[in-house]
Amino acid sequence: MGLYVDIHLPRDGFTLAVKHDFAGDGVTALFGPSGCGKTTLLRVIAGHEYDAQALVAWDGIEWQGASNLAPHLRQVGYVFQDARLFAHLDVAGNLAFAEKRAKAGNIKRQDVIYGLGIAHLLKREVADLSGGERQRVSIARSLISQPRLMLMDEPLAALDHRAKAGILPLIQSLPRRFGVPVIYVTHALDEVAQVADQVVTMEEGSVIAHGPVAEMLERPDMQGLSGRFEAGSILEGVISSHNTSLHLTQVDVGGLPFEMPHLDAPIGTHLRLRVRARDVTLAIKRPEGISTRNILSGKIVRISPEENTAFTEVLVDLGPARVQARVTHAAVLDLKLVEGSDVFALIKSVSFDRRALPGVKRG
Amino acid sequence: MSAELAPLWLSLRLAFFTTLVLLALGTPLAWWLSMTRAKVKPVIEAVTALPLVLPPTVLGFYLLILFSPNSALGGFFVSLTGHSLTFSFTGLVLASVIYSLPFMVQPLQSAFESVGRGPLEAAASLGASPLDRFFSVASPLALRGYITGLVLSFAHTLGEFGVVLMVGGNIPGRTKVISIAIYENVETLDYAQAHWLSAILMGFSFAVLLLVFTVNRRFPIRVI
Repeated sequence: MGLYVDIHLPRDGFTLAVKHDFAGDGVTALFGPSGCGKTTLLRVIAGHEYDAQALVAWDGIEWQGASNLAPHLRQVGYVFQDARLFAHLDVAGNLAFAEKRAKAGNIKRQDVIYGLGIAHLLKREVADLSGGERQRVSIARSLISQPRLMLMDEPLAALDHRAKAGILPLIQSLPRRFGVPVIYVTHALDEVAQVADQVVTMEEGSVIAHGPVAEMLERPDMQGLSGRFEAGSILEGVISSHNTSLHLTQVDVGGLPFEMPHLDAPIGTHLRLRVRARDVTLAIKRPEGISTRNILSGKIVRISPEENTAFTEVLVDLGPARVQARVTHAAVLDLKLVEGSDVFALIKSVSFDRRALPGVKRG
Repeated sequence: MSAELAPLWLSLRLAFFTTLVLLALGTPLAWWLSMTRAKVKPVIEAVTALPLVLPPTVLGFYLLILFSPNSALGGFFVSLTGHSLTFSFTGLVLASVIYSLPFMVQPLQSAFESVGRGPLEAAASLGASPLDRFFSVASPLALRGYITGLVLSFAHTLGEFGVVLMVGGNIPGRTKVISIAIYENVETLDYAQAHWLSAILMGFSFAVLLLVFTVNRRFPIRVI
């Protein structure tokens, strides 16, 4: 099960040339700078670019190619950046619009309404909703239409951090809770880190790389796309204990103990920790008398100097996980670091991104 | 119905049927204009807007020729119904439809344009067919455009003079509409009757425009 696209579509300024097999489950992040063709690709998949020279097939059934399946027959949910709720209907009316036209399916209206936390909004006019509420309603409306696939086009781009933090875990959980695969377009790496299972990166109309999220975030070429301070890696772990008097939470990442500021989640919760490369320090001896709480031994896998800057990205294998460190060329030379060197990676507890809220790992 | 008010009644009937026909013809035209990317769009827009700038006598003159039993259209109508399009109520309705076309099409077109493709694409992804999208999304969102178009078409037809005079003449009960009755009253120096009918038309037109401007300021008539 999955989505296959083979598109060659000239547009003003660039040519969208994408040939890719999208996963039929989980969340696939479509990541790249603005204007690289991500939105156009989604529009082709949804059938809104009906004149496109493209092959789009779902489950081996052709949606676009020799003949075109009209967008309203594709059963593809589309969540737009601007929500696009119908202004002449209230929230319940918007949901009813979708329900009335939905094909038979397993998604229940009540589950969606409670899952997205919009039960209290049903009687509200669309114009009275906040940005975050609009997107929740928009996602709910799409789900109620019983989609085979959800396309999301930067749905959180216009929202503040608080609203984003509330919705991201919901999006991550959609495939598991409602059985709908999601293709999620974004140009924000912190969103990719939190929602994605698979990542497809695009630049100037073409796919330049794809793979599982943890692997993708370690790639040096992601930084060119994401901006230097975003670079980092992802650690998947489980909360092993809480220390309430010191306000700390211990996280077990494949046997490695990590310590971070207290997180309000039960023991056993699966977490995705994002460690930014600039927050990782390297040492060739285990340091003593230092405030840093997370000191982990590992081996350097890759050293990628960044041209024309002072910096180098160093990828360190810790055994069950890998972290990326951003250090200076000078430090690499002074410490005589080479690929294969044994090092200690130092990560301050305070550096764990507090926005990386508990995301439930898919089982 | 007193003989004095017969022209008013005729004008109201003319305006009603004209508006009805315009709703049926103008809506698809406005929809097409708002959605098309065809190269002929400006040509069609210009033709639609012509009645705004042409002197009614010019339009009326061409329509008179078109409607005359000697022309293809006029002859066809005679063979179909047995009487002529010129100097008939049907002929007046046809002429008024053409004369008031921009008053229906332009507010509707700009209402559809301001709805845009966004909500329609959203509706498509929720499983709504093109016709369904038109009736359940585009039309309710363009409601004020409909109201403006209907009211303006009605009021404009009511105030029609030149085209009616050319195509319909001045036949009591058939083509003698209110504006022509006023003209005749003035010609025959019956100023009292002219005052009455003029005041009615003035009051009605003002009320209609007031309604339009109160209800809606969003889809103005654009004269090119």
